[in-house]
This record gives sequence, C-alpha cells and structure tokens, in this order.
Amino acid sequence: MDTIVAILAAAIVAGTPLVFAALGELVTEKAGVLNLGVEGTMLVGAVSGFATAATTGNVWFGVLAGMVAGVLMSGIFAILTLNLMANQVASGLALTLFGVGLSAFMGKPYESVTLAAQAPLEIPLLSQIPVLGPVLFKHQILVYVSWALFAGVSWFLYKSRAGLVLRSIGESPESAHAIGYPVIRIRYLATLFGGAMAGLGGVHLAEFYTPLWVEGMVAGRGWIALALVVFATWRPARVMVGAYLFGGVTIAQFFAQGAGVTITAQFLSSLPYLATIIVLVFISRDMATIRLNAPVSLGRPYRPD
Amino acid sequence: MTNRIETSHSSGHPRIELRNITKIYPAVVANKDVSLTAMPGEIHAVLGENGAGKSTLMKIIYGVVKPDAGEVCWEGKPVTVVNPAHARDLGIGMVFQHFSLFETITVAENVALALPGKPELNELSRRITEVSEKYGLPVDPRRLVHSLSVGERQRVEIIRCLLVNPRLLIMDEPTSVLTPQAVRKLFETLRQLSVEGCTILYISHKLDEIQELCNSATVLRGGQVTGHCDPRQETPASMARMMIGKDLPHPQRGAPKPGEPRLVIAGLSHESPDPFGTDLKDMHLTVHSGEIVGVAGVSGNGQQELLAAISGEEPIGEKHPVIICGVEAGRMDPGERRQLGMCFVPEERLGRGAVPRMSLADNALLTAHRRGFVKSGLIKFAEVKAFADNCIKDYNVKCGGSHSEAKSLSGGNLQKFIVGRELMQNPKVLVVSQPTWGVDVGAAAFIRQRIIDLRNEGVAILVVSEELDELFEISDRLAVIAKGRLSPAKPIQETNVEEIGVWMSGMWPDAGDAAHYSPASEEAKNAAQA
Amino acid sequence: MRLKLEARAEPSPLMGYLSPLLAAGLTIIAGFILFSVLGKNPLQAFYTFFVHPIRDLNGIAELLLKASPLMLIAVGLACGYRANVWNIGAEGQLVLGAIFAGGVALYFYGSDSKFVLPMMVVAGAIGGMLWAAIPALLRTRFNTNEILVSLMLVYVANLLLSWLVNEPWRDPEGFNFPQTKQFTETALYPALIAGTRLNVGFLISLAAIAAGYLFLNRSFKGFQMRVAGLADAAAKYAGFNANGMIWLGLLLGGAAAGIAGMGEVAGPIGQLLPSVSPGYGFAAIIVAFVGRLHPVGILLASLLMSLLYLGGEAAQMELNLPSAMTGLFQGMLLFFLLGSDVFISYRVKVVQPPKAQARLKEAAA
Repeated sequence: MDTIVAILAAAIVAGTPLVFAALGELVTEKAGVLNLGVEGTMLVGAVSGFATAATTGNVWFGVLAGMVAGVLMSGIFAILTLNLMANQVASGLALTLFGVGLSAFMGKPYESVTLAAQAPLEIPLLSQIPVLGPVLFKHQILVYVSWALFAGVSWFLYKSRAGLVLRSIGESPESAHAIGYPVIRIRYLATLFGGAMAGLGGVHLAEFYTPLWVEGMVAGRGWIALALVVFATWRPARVMVGAYLFGGVTIAQFFAQGAGVTITAQFLSSLPYLATIIVLVFISRDMATIRLNAPVSLGRPYRPD
Repeated sequence: MTNRIETSHSSGHPRIELRNITKIYPAVVANKDVSLTAMPGEIHAVLGENGAGKSTLMKIIYGVVKPDAGEVCWEGKPVTVVNPAHARDLGIGMVFQHFSLFETITVAENVALALPGKPELNELSRRITEVSEKYGLPVDPRRLVHSLSVGERQRVEIIRCLLVNPRLLIMDEPTSVLTPQAVRKLFETLRQLSVEGCTILYISHKLDEIQELCNSATVLRGGQVTGHCDPRQETPASMARMMIGKDLPHPQRGAPKPGEPRLVIAGLSHESPDPFGTDLKDMHLTVHSGEIVGVAGVSGNGQQELLAAISGEEPIGEKHPVIICGVEAGRMDPGERRQLGMCFVPEERLGRGAVPRMSLADNALLTAHRRGFVKSGLIKFAEVKAFADNCIKDYNVKCGGSHSEAKSLSGGNLQKFIVGRELMQNPKVLVVSQPTWGVDVGAAAFIRQRIIDLRNEGVAILVVSEELDELFEISDRLAVIAKGRLSPAKPIQETNVEEIGVWMSGMWPDAGDAAHYSPASEEAKNAAQA
Repeated sequence: MRLKLEARAEPSPLMGYLSPLLAAGLTIIAGFILFSVLGKNPLQAFYTFFVHPIRDLNGIAELLLKASPLMLIAVGLACGYRANVWNIGAEGQLVLGAIFAGGVALYFYGSDSKFVLPMMVVAGAIGGMLWAAIPALLRTRFNTNEILVSLMLVYVANLLLSWLVNEPWRDPEGFNFPQTKQFTETALYPALIAGTRLNVGFLISLAAIAAGYLFLNRSFKGFQMRVAGLADAAAKYAGFNANGMIWLGLLLGGAAAGIAGMGEVAGPIGQLLPSVSPGYGFAAIIVAFVGRLHPVGILLASLLMSLLYLGGEAAQMELNLPSAMTGLFQGMLLFFLLGSDVFISYRVKVVQPPKAQARLKEAAA
C-alpha cells in the first residue's frame, strides 16, 4: 500500500512540469499558434530560475525569473511568426535549438551547485485522509499551483468570453478580424502565456523536482508536452490525465530498480518516449476527432490587410 | 427596435455618404475617387463585375480596410471608422459574402461574439428567436454552426446584424448561396427592413435582382464610378453597358450531337471522411460525347464530394460507380484517370488548380507532364516553357510571361490559364467546377465559348456551377444536386429556373425519400412555404 | 511616424539571396555584443572564434571534416522539407547509422577485405532509413505527426547506443569504459589529405550535394515534392502520390543521416562511444534552412555552421568560454534568417499617423 501511495504521489510530482508546459501550449494552440519551442523554453526557464534561486537564495525569485525567461523566449517566437510572418514550424524548431544552446551556456557556472530541497506543504486535515491525503495533499506548492492553473485554464477557455474570443481566433482568424477582434494581439498574449507556463514547468523541474541544474535536463519533456496536447485532443482535463500517466511512466524506472526488477535501465528510460509514440498513434488514427477538436487555423500564418 | 424609426426620419441627412474614396494596393487600384450617397430607408445597389472594387469599398465603410484618401460621412458627420466594432456602434451591420462565422461553436455564441459587452446566452437565445420570427429567418440558436446549411448560415449572419438595430445594412453578394425561392424570401425581409428606415447597401452583379429590389444604384468599373441610376428606370442591357462598358456577350452554341457515353456515374454512394462533409447517396448520371451536362445546386450539398469522387482526389471503395471512357475507374487515382482522357478544372484556382508560388511554366507541368515533358525522371524545361507560352497566347492570359507566379495573376487570367492548360491536353472528358466564379465578364464569356467549342468537337463535358444563369446558357441537359443526391438530368428546353429552383431544395419528382431524408432540413421546408 | 510591413506584389528574388547574408551579418553583430558583455575584447574574440580555427591547412581540413556530415544530412532533410515532411529526428537516424555501421565493423573485426567499408556505408544508410521508416509508416498509416515521432526516436536511439556500448558491445579490454573496440584500418575511411583528419567521407557528401541538386531542381519527383510542400491540394489534384512523397522524404533524410553517422564512427571517432555526434542532426536542420533548401546554399551554410563548431572549441580553449557558445550562435543565425526572410515577401513602408485622431474621438463620442 505504501509503495502504491508513494508511486502515485511521485507520478503527480513527475507529471507537474508537463502539466504546466502542456496547459500553456494548449492555450497557445487554441489561438491557432503552434509553438514547437516548448523544449527550449523549458530549458531556459529552468536554468534562469535555478541560477536566480542559487544566486539570491530565494526560490520565489527563481520562479519569477523562470517565467520571465519563458515570456522572453516565446516573445522571440511571437515576433518572428506574428510580426514577421515566419513559418511557425521552423521558428519553433529554431527556438528549441536556440534554447538548448542558451541554457547550456547560461548553466555552465551552476553545474555543481545544489539547492536545498523544498519542504512539502501539507494541507491541514486533507492530508490526513488515508491514501488520498499523502497522494494529493503533501506536495510542494507548485503542484497545487498547477491545479489552480488547470481550473483557471478550463474556466477561461470554456466559461469566459475572452476564452470564446480566443477559440474563435484559433478557428478562423479571418472571421475574427472581420468582426473586429485584434487577432495579432490576442495571439501574442496566448503565445506569451504559453511561454510563461513552459518556463514555470522548467523551474519546477530544476528548482523543486531534482533540485539541480544539468545540461539538457528537460530531456524531451517539452516535446512530450506538445504530444500531450494532441493526445488530450486540446482539452484541459485530458491534459492532466495524460501528464500524470507520463509522470508515472517516468518514475517507473526508479521503482523498478528499487523493487529489484532487473530490466535494462536504458529500456526503462526510453519508456516515456515510446509511450508518447504509442499514444500519438492511438489518438491520431481517429482523424474525425482530431478534425473536430484541433484549432482549424493551427500553424497557419495570418496577417490582417 | 422602435427608436430606429424615430431617428431615421428625424433628420434630412443622407444615412451614409462617401466622398472621393481612394484605396490603392501594391498591385491594383481598388477604388479611385469613389463617391456614393444613400438616404434612410433606401435600398442602394452597388453594381459592378468581379474586381470592380465593390467589396473593398464596403470593407472601408465597415472599418475592416482603411482608405488611402477620401471621407466617410455618417448621418451628416465625417467619421473615421476604426474597426468593425466601431462600425457596429455607429449602427452599421455587414453580411459578408464569405461568412464570418465560427463552425465549432453555437449560433448563439457566434452572435454573442459580435455584440458589445457580455450578453447572457439564454437571454440572447430568446432575442435571436424573437428577431428570427419577426423577419421570417428561422434558425435554432443552440445548434452548432457546422451543422447548418449555407442558407441557414446566412440567416445567422443577418440576425447577428439585426440584433444591434442597424441603420445601415451591407449585404455582399447575398444571393449567390440561395435558391431562387430563398432569394425571394430574403427580398421580403430586406423590404421590411427598408420600410422600418434601415438603409441597405446591396452589392451584386446580378442585374435582374437589382432591378427587382433596389431603388437606386451606383455602378463601379475598374475601381471607378461609371454612373448612378435608378434601376427601375433601366434595362438589364443598359446597366450592363455601364457595368462592363459594352453589351453583355452571349456565347454561340448549336444543337448538341451526343455520341457514346464517356462519363458514367452508376450508383455512386460515398461517406465523406470529413465530419463536416456531405455523404453522397446513390447518384446516377451519364455524360455523352458532344454534350454539356450541367449540375446546379446550392453550395455545400455534395458538389465538392461528387467532384472529388469523379476526379479521383477522394477515391471510392468500389470500381464500378465511376466509368470513364468505358473503364471502371472508381479506385483509380487522379493521375490514372487523366491517363484515360479526363481533364478537370477545379473550383479553387489558387492552391488546387495552380500552385500560388510557382511560375506558370511549373503550373503547366503540374497536369500536362504526360505530354512527354519528363524524360528518364528529369524535366525538359524548354518544352514545358513552350507549352506554357502557347497556352498564354491562345487563351489571352494577361501576365508577365511563363515565369510569372500564379499568385500574381488576376482571377480571370489564372482561370483562363488553367482552362487552357486542361483543354490543350485534348481531353475526351472534361469536368469543370465553377468555370467563371469570380471571373470578369469578358473572361467568363471567353471561357464559356471555349467550353462550347470543345463540346462541338465531341468532348463530353460536365459543368458544376452555382450560377443558374450560366448553366442555362451553356448546358444541354441539367441535373440538380441536393443533400448528397442527384436529380435526373433534364434537357434544357424542357425545364426552367422555377423548376430547377424547387429541385435545388431536394424535391424532384421521384426524390421521395430525399425530401424526407434530413428531418432538420429547414431549407426544404422554407422553400416549400415560399 | 511608424513602420509598417506592406506585401510585395511579387516576392523579391534578390532578397532571397540577400536574406542569408543579412542573417549572417546580424549574427556577427550580435556576437560582437555578446563578447563585449562577457568582458572579452570583441575583435580578439571574433578573431579567435571565426578566423583562428581556419588559419592553416589543418584548420581548413577540420572545417571540411565537420561540414561533411552537416551538408550530407541537410541535403537529405531538404528533400523532405520541400514537401513539408518535417523529419527533425536526423540525430537519431545518425545514431542508428552509426550503430549499424559499427555492428558491421565489429562483426568483420580484423578482416582485411576491402568490402568492409562499402558494407558499412550501406549498413549505415539502412540503419538511418529503418529509423526514419517508423515515422513514415506511422504518418502514412495512422496520420501520426512525424515531427514528434522522429524527435522521440532520437532519445530512444541514444539510449539504444548507450545500452550497446555498456553491455553487449563493450570492449572487454577497455578498462570498463563504455566503448567498443577501436575499428581496424579496413573499417575506417582513408584520409584525403595526408596529415589531416579529412577523409573520403567528404567526397561522399559532395556527391550527395550533386545528386541532391539533380533530384531537387531537375527531376520530376523533386518537382512533385515541391508542389506537395507549397500546396498539398494541388499535388492531390495533379495525382501525385502523397504517401509516396512522405516515404521518400523521410527515407532520403534517414539514409543521409545514417551515412553521416557511419562517417563519424568510420572517421574521426573510429569506434562506438555513448555519444557519436555533437548534435549534427539538429545543426543540419539549421543548415537546411539557412541554405534555403537548395543544395548549393546548403554547401555554403554547412561551412558556416562547421566554422561555428570550430569557433566554439577555440573559444573554450583560448577564451575560457563554454563551447555551448556554438549552439547559441547557431540558434541566433536561424532566428535572424527567419526574421530577414520577411523582406522576401514584404517591404517596409513608413506611414504617417492618421491625422484624424481628434475626429475619431468625436465620432466615438
């Protein structure tokens, strides 16, 4: 029982960076912008947050720095694709390649630095519930923040008027422009929000989850977050399910080793990547569902005349 | 809605006045020194052929496009309309030719997006129903837009404008998506609005409609005003002269000499892979050599799916439903079907019939490569260029040369090039979709004449079009497509616009279950009422 | 007064050529600024980064050595990119090529047959193609996004290589290091210039550039791929086989990357290690774009990117700067290129502010 509780709790923690990055990207994509730079943004967010926290000694400055770094990174992307009409796929790839280089460069001085592990925040009463308590309510603050983000994004997209406008722009920027919505400005905001969340996901990884900086430590989570958005057919609740499933797969290797199972370490490490491919295949087969849920203008440049 | 009447009669100012509007794009002068005045309650036609600058002018009024020079006066005061929301605040509504609706949300949400503030959806739904009853525009506010027919979508657009009590309503080519009966319903609604004091700017190139509906008109040609008139005092011929500067050309056709069947559709049924698409149900049609068969219908009733099934872009599971020159071709890809002697002019010119960012020479290679332009895998560029040059010459394509990008051509010239490219391949069967959509009158007449000439040479030709006038002008027999079904083809002499109009609602004699097939079909019910 | 972009009536061919030069220029300027911020003399740093590495024959040989895999992979990727087939997993295909070629080398260890090397080339190509066939199959059969699948497979390929050199293929006499035996002479590319590391692999890359030119710019298949990339509905209308082009695009990229991976283990490395590439598979994406997906452009861009690799190494040794500078410069180059490309289709126009501001307010009131 204890093991199961530990596994579930660990899966939630491991899935949290994915929750941040994928929910952010979900909002970006709902506005019709495909930002493939999540991986690079997470890396730069992670190293900025870590470096700031290590220098100032205050993790919250680090959190802020990571989010600002994410906004700046996605800002580059926004300028290229929304102002300069560059191809979104190429620009996203460029952002990731740049982020890999920049984070490695920035992170050099911090490679042997460690941060103190952050104590979890136990929610009074709730954390006392058997099983559920330790699984859900003994986490670091950012885990709770990610739940609030989920609630906020769900409400925003489906209950608020601004969310309706955002979705309509993702479906048809031409129509949205024709009835008078500022398409570029809203796409900007959605892109920057996605960047901030990717940065936050990176921060969670470097400051709270590990907590240390290793070059390339995001290790494909940015790409998995992109896959999660497809897997979730652009719906926030499914993003959560997917993120925790992947969190579970990520930590499987530690528990397997702990349980004395002799499976090749490299095979276990490759599970999240293989799982990503498998779920993508599973979801993509159903073209009708994708067609009904994917933002119609996703990845298509738009410029009002 | 009541205070509109008071305000409209309280002043003697024109509702809208445009003074010397000029708008220049890098490649084209859209409007030059255009002036126009419309009084309260006036139904004012803006008449001109494709490319005359009508839509640009309307977008300027609605704040979508900024003019380079000139002045817009609203109820006597000069204004700069900064954006559509500002236009709506002033009391201007616009129904776009290409609708500005969002498919994945409901009618009510679509309407809410164009209203100021944060309307409560239930209350809004009630108002939508109210307005739709008052003006005879039935529509269910809870339905998702992608499930609506084209006519219903137009109603949503109109209701959306009416909810903000417009004092000026702009209608951009509103009848191109309607059956003749539905057009009459629309005119009733517009007259009702006009009586209430609302000014209507009615953009069209259809002379008979303008004569029937409008009480004044501004005629545009090449971005400039060529005249103001009262359509009721004019004849279609006199307005046509103002519109194109000469008499409307009519193609020369003789009696058809039908030969053997070349294209046979035999029991074609196909489920559309697109959830928003139309399923084809048991279609039958034969096109013989030496005849032109037209297919009429309101867009979105399965035209695209039928054409894709004939061209092979959407292969169907069985071989027998599509027979080209005696060969069962249902499973063949487009290339194999072309090999059998079929050529195809698609509806979308840019992006399908031609690659926008490629030269005309490259675009000639696109489908004409079978004429020996490829040797051991490599392209013979000189021969491709010669072919493209010939096409440009024979079909009067105005362009910089065979190196010009397809994108840089006007719609009419690109269509002439595409038609030329297909016709120069000596087809046995020619399938043409919307041959003259968005094409200027001169080019349209030229293209129609070429199609008729080809029929006289013994080619079997299928023309799918939403322009009834055009179909009556060139077809030998006419069939109608509605809700994925195809009517029998009737010789053109034995039918008329009225009958085809009824058929366009899916109600031809033995259509039986077709009329009942879709219980949600508002379209059919309305046509029946009309 | 403000600046506004205005669409050109026709895209400017001149800007098509100028834009990469503009991007290179902007990258250099940004580099100057970066060096200054880091407290280095920018001129000296610039010299160290861009001139010092190629001051002699050996330097030139190193430049060409590193450019070889870049141009080879980039020209393969360009085939797919022209058809909008986004294979970004060349790094993984490179690793598989290295594994397959390494497997052949180890299997024939000690053989003096002159067929070992050609077999390694073929094996490398097959390895890369196999890895690229996975996204191709999933895309054509299940409509699965090839970007994500090919990228995921990079991680899997690296883990596979890591397992091989740690477990079954580990050199028993390698002091427990995760590496295979050193390949013998017959399994290594012969040197092209005596005394340098430049080898025959460079000629293979040049041949690939030539073949790429013929395929992309002169062949009908290449034309079809270009059509598919610019307007897929037009390709469908013309009857070009869409799935065939996805397969071709991915397999060509995979084969090129596989041969490049083979060239690394049969060239400068000479054995299998846990890492066989400093990110050539990703850098080649930048090369392909900066080279305008044109073989000649790719040739030039690969030299520039190779210089960035050498510069990064030099900066680490001479200036005590992290070699990650390389990635930074590569990313900036691509950013500037993507940004400069706007001038191909648009021009900058100076617009006066609307003088009717006052009237506007009046009207709204």
